[in-house]
Amino acid sequence: MNNFETIQKKAINEWQSLQENPEPVIYIGMGSCGIASGADRIWKQVHETISKEKIKAKVLKVGCIGPCYLEPLLDIQKPGFPRFSFNNVDEQKTIRLLTEFLNGEESKLKPLGHLDSQRKEIDGIKSFWDQPMLKNQERIVLRNCGIIDPENINHYIARDGFKGLLKALNIGPEGIIDEIKKSGLRGRGGAGFPTGLKWQFCREAKGKLKYLICNADEGDPGAFMNRSLMEGDPFALLEGMVIAAYAIGANTGYIYIRAEYPLAIERLKIAITQMNDLGFLGKNILNSGFSFEIRLKEGAGAFVCGEETALIASIEGQRGMPRSRPPFPATSGLNGNPTNINNVETLATVPNILREGGNWYAGFGTKTSKGTKTFALVGKVRRAGLIEVPMGTTLRKIIFDIGGGPIKPFKAVQTGGPSGGCLSEEFLDLPVDYESLTQAGSIMGSGGLIVMDEHTCMVDVAKYFLKFTSQESCGKCVPCRIGTTRILEILEKITQGKGEIKDLEILENLAHTVKNGSLCGLGQTAPNPVLTTIKYFKEEYLEHIENNRCPAAVCRDLVEYRVIKEKCTGCQRCVNVCPTGAITGPRSEPHNLDLSKCIKCRACYEICRFDAIAGDAIVIE
Amino acid sequence: MDVKIANTTQSILNKFPQKDKSNLIQILQAVQEKDSFLSPEAIGRISEHLRVSRSYIFGVATFYSQFKFNPPGRHSIRICLGTACHVQGGDFLLNAIKSELDISTGETTEDGKFDLDRVACLGCCALAPVVKIDNTIHSRMSVIKLKEILDGYE
Repeated sequence: MNNFETIQKKAINEWQSLQENPEPVIYIGMGSCGIASGADRIWKQVHETISKEKIKAKVLKVGCIGPCYLEPLLDIQKPGFPRFSFNNVDEQKTIRLLTEFLNGEESKLKPLGHLDSQRKEIDGIKSFWDQPMLKNQERIVLRNCGIIDPENINHYIARDGFKGLLKALNIGPEGIIDEIKKSGLRGRGGAGFPTGLKWQFCREAKGKLKYLICNADEGDPGAFMNRSLMEGDPFALLEGMVIAAYAIGANTGYIYIRAEYPLAIERLKIAITQMNDLGFLGKNILNSGFSFEIRLKEGAGAFVCGEETALIASIEGQRGMPRSRPPFPATSGLNGNPTNINNVETLATVPNILREGGNWYAGFGTKTSKGTKTFALVGKVRRAGLIEVPMGTTLRKIIFDIGGGPIKPFKAVQTGGPSGGCLSEEFLDLPVDYESLTQAGSIMGSGGLIVMDEHTCMVDVAKYFLKFTSQESCGKCVPCRIGTTRILEILEKITQGKGEIKDLEILENLAHTVKNGSLCGLGQTAPNPVLTTIKYFKEEYLEHIENNRCPAAVCRDLVEYRVIKEKCTGCQRCVNVCPTGAITGPRSEPHNLDLSKCIKCRACYEICRFDAIAGDAIVIE
Repeated sequence: MDVKIANTTQSILNKFPQKDKSNLIQILQAVQEKDSFLSPEAIGRISEHLRVSRSYIFGVATFYSQFKFNPPGRHSIRICLGTACHVQGGDFLLNAIKSELDISTGETTEDGKFDLDRVACLGCCALAPVVKIDNTIHSRMSVIKLKEILDGYE
């Protein structure tokens, strides 16, 4: 194992000399979301300014640290100082940071926080980890995200990378499975099956050829935990895969990843090459005699491929249709061989468990749900982003303390994507773990948490999910194929103001049939959004059915756009943007809106709120 | 047969073993990457190479939302309809853009400038609603902002 020590020493040297770099170091958060908020423009601007001003500095890209509402994020590390983080940076701010802040001039640009390992104040600047969004988090699987350069294996090694693998190779497959069982780790893809047990089944299955598959087909709309993790710390997932493969006895592994995640694919490819070069992948890993190779398979856009048997069919080059189980993939999976499938987060947690011990990991979380879980906290919430908290944290703490709550009054939170449910205010003190959420009618799912406020229509949300599941249903079994379509039709009727009271009963009946009669998880959980919204938000359904009214003013057929004459200043902004000429009127006089021409496109409403003089003269009721 | 399409397809097929249909999806992805859509000619070539029927290939290709069978426009517009984008008004964007361009999802404008489609989730949920035009993701979109951005494309 001398080889590992040499590699480690070199990596630690590189990491330390980066911290003590005699010239400034600039770090830019370049995850997909950072790039979408303009990080690539900042990257360009930084290079332009340092070459123009002849500044000697090192520029690095890092992954996403999580608080998306602060992006783009730029960190500056001056010699002798830790990294200082600056939020919502634009081109102008970048130029000022590189001139004023770097020169030590007294500047109005104050960093949001520092990233030193000590949390104490430095130069009057608080720790970044004491930000309201970050201070209640427990970062285990996300510990490297936003900190290391995801394209440099030495950064990962310097921060205890591959120590878990080293221990795994020492204690052997049985030892690994014992340690995982001790940790209480359960599948992070949503169903929560104990990981140690799953590995044991596959290890004990007969067959020489075994496969390991990582499910990176993060299909839940509204969830991006796996994307961010793979973009920010691809090595953690890959190290976890090597450990899992060694435990079950597989020599080939696949990562089934969505083609919609090009950056994650690119970073995984780079990471795999670097691991091969240093002997953490490939033949005879760290002289243990164990060999393992990883192949990437890009998914082609089918939600049902998140189901394990459908995923296997897709890797085999067929339509991604599930089949009935048993036999479970652990005995007969890819090409008929024993196959173990785990989610990205599950596998990326494994190195931490091996390194720190199963008992350590089991110290987090609740009695039945151990450890931490990442969530994509989005929707109508002030501080949106990616978070990691111990299992058992209450929804209130997540949404209000970490997320800052919605701006308008809270209405609901949706967990578990299209398979989950909408929970009302009374569930805010519910601890988030597998059992509690299932009991409330929702599911843990992969970790999307979508906050909804009074401007969200719950019938419309149910319709949205059923539209999704009916389109994504593979069509193999009748309850799912026809059931979801019929449910969708009834929901469409209700949102058009044509619903009847008896529809509610039919909906519930149908929902139970689909739930009980479907072949795979997609159909079995597809009715959850309907059942939970009827259960917890029945009055909204009744309002649509009995009064033809959408209280949130979302359902297009039930709302009208109106110009409030008293407020309208006649600035003509709305007249100019209306695509159908529905709004008319001379300058400086209240405008008219012809409802027969209005297509309810929202252009006038938006322009009035953001660009016009009055600001609120157009209402949707 | 279109010679150009046939040549690019053949050069892709040469990288994959014959008769191994487990590579079908990867082949389709590679062909679409080059030609921007799956033409009947390309599917014919793949069918010969893998020794599977055209209908089998169509069966697989139409199952996945990624594959297109019409030539796309010069710029592709993808409206994200993930949950976060839906809650923040993604549907309004789609409707507004449909009436602005006078096309439906899966179609291309008559002048060949834009093609329009929906996408289940781009994973940029905290910046919702988002729209992807070619390879750029535009965040926190509104109907007005999107129209202004589209005006900037040739």
